[in-house]
Amino acid sequence: MRFVFKTSYLQDLGLFRDGIQRNWYVVLLIGLLILPRLVPEYLVDVSLVFIYGLCGLSLMVLAGYTGLVSLGHAAFLGIGAYAHVYFTQDAGLPWMVALILATILTAGVGVLVGLPALRMTGLYLTIATLAFAVIIQEVFTRWDAVTGGLKGKAVNKPLIFGVSFAGDVPFYFLCLAFLVIGLWLTANLLRAPTGRAWVAIRDSEIAAQSMGVSLPMYKTMAFAYSAALMGAAGALFAHKIGFLAPDIFSVLLSIQFLLMVVVGGLGSLHGAVFGAIFVAMLPVAISQARDALPALVGQIAGSTASLLVDRFVKQPGLEPGIFGLILVLFILFEPLGIYGRWTKIKLYFSLFPLYKQATFRRQKTYMRSERLR
Amino acid sequence: MTLLAAENLAINFGGIRAVDGVSFAVEAGQVFTIIGPNGAGKTTIFNLMSRIYDPSQGRLLFEGEDITGIAPHQIARRGIARTFQNIELFEHATVLHNLLLGRHVHRKSRFVEELLFLPHVRALELAHREAAEKVIDFLDLMPYRDSFVVNLPYGVRKVVELGRALCTEPKLLLLDEPSSGLSVEETEGMAFWIEDIRTLLGITVLMVEHDMSLVSAVSDRVLALNYGRAIALGTAREVQDHPEVVKAYLGG
Repeated sequence: MRFVFKTSYLQDLGLFRDGIQRNWYVVLLIGLLILPRLVPEYLVDVSLVFIYGLCGLSLMVLAGYTGLVSLGHAAFLGIGAYAHVYFTQDAGLPWMVALILATILTAGVGVLVGLPALRMTGLYLTIATLAFAVIIQEVFTRWDAVTGGLKGKAVNKPLIFGVSFAGDVPFYFLCLAFLVIGLWLTANLLRAPTGRAWVAIRDSEIAAQSMGVSLPMYKTMAFAYSAALMGAAGALFAHKIGFLAPDIFSVLLSIQFLLMVVVGGLGSLHGAVFGAIFVAMLPVAISQARDALPALVGQIAGSTASLLVDRFVKQPGLEPGIFGLILVLFILFEPLGIYGRWTKIKLYFSLFPLYKQATFRRQKTYMRSERLR
Repeated sequence: MTLLAAENLAINFGGIRAVDGVSFAVEAGQVFTIIGPNGAGKTTIFNLMSRIYDPSQGRLLFEGEDITGIAPHQIARRGIARTFQNIELFEHATVLHNLLLGRHVHRKSRFVEELLFLPHVRALELAHREAAEKVIDFLDLMPYRDSFVVNLPYGVRKVVELGRALCTEPKLLLLDEPSSGLSVEETEGMAFWIEDIRTLLGITVLMVEHDMSLVSAVSDRVLALNYGRAIALGTAREVQDHPEVVKAYLGG
């Protein structure tokens, strides 16, 4: 077990626990920088992990830290995507300017959605955001002039300051840069008074208020910041998929985002990234298994078993089914998500023969976001 | 000097008049206690003061200014901090984090500065930490600094909540049943903390309390309520012997 000997308050203000932890992150970053050389064929999937990471970060701020659960985040992603494409292609603005405008616009919409949130709590808020998402999707379908309606809209490759990011490798680094910046900004907020106020609202609104936290202001801020992150992610997402159509930004996508933060682990930045890896990689893993599994089973158990497995993995709707099953299993057995499991494994090894099963029992509680007045 | 004055305060919940025309004045530097049987309206008065409820009648004056109409989160900014009867701490945060949230009224950094964590924000955070550490020293919370509140025993949580209120550097501290759920020893400890807060920090204390040993140990003035009305006001001894108070508690 490693103890951190603290000699200055500044040590608690740093982004990392100590030098050793920081070095691990440096190693991780170097690993990500050389990844394009190692697995060039999976680079597009990894870029999606980074974009989903931004989305997870966005919802983590709102659901994980402020305790406001939203089922409408796909709409913010869509607004960011359409706005960015409109600004670059129809209005002819430079890429960076368009991205900033799209982010600001999405944040503005976030404020508008946040306003009713000041009066609603828990499930009611979630339903309201769901309604918002449905309305926005309808707007995408009908507003032909801007969105191209049901015909959809082709997206050009990104061109930033005259440099083309059309290839897989440049785009990978672009997404990585955005995720790192997003993580850094969010971590900064969380170690400052704003982040503390958000956590306070999540844990006890009444106490937060009596300590001088203005609930309307900080809830609106959380919505705006979360929407802004989603807007930036939307711009990248538009380039990633290359073609925008209204049915992409469906409620199912919102549910996937929620799945991301729950499976990753509510209330931790690690969780957002773990969740993104999980949600972006699971379809890849399923499709790999779809091809490899029947043959593998055939070798082991003969052709009848192989045929059965083959029929099963080719069932339509297998993917959402597996997603749902995993969500249920996580809520039942690991409410703290992958990040919770990760901390437990780390503790197990650092305490090695002395780990107690009950260490985490008390913390196995759900968010208190619905408990009010 | 009168720090806080309630003038003819009243509130109705439907047909029930929970507080019915109560007036009192808390002098600066006093420990002022409100007692009364269950349902007498003690906590309701506290909630009126933290602006969780709107009074149907009457007003509250703090340092001569009317605070009946201001927003709930402004109360802390004026210099009134409170604790709750059933502890309202941020359970999934450490003790230190809870205390730092108490510094929220002293937030001077802007959103964009925090987003980039400028050196200015870092300096302010260090100042907040210093202030929180002073409170940790004052209340002997050193062993619990980095513990999560969920893992702490009830008695310690009470002290942490007291500490969080002190971190706002209040002029008036509202304590809602500081001894509820505490053992006899812990209650004695609480009496010492209250005494210290008044004499060493010079903070005026207004509390609601049932434990008469604690009340008589620390209070300068005691107000007795029954069915939302004031029935006696004086020193702890005077109020305890008041015939109306005896009748309220024992019937008759």
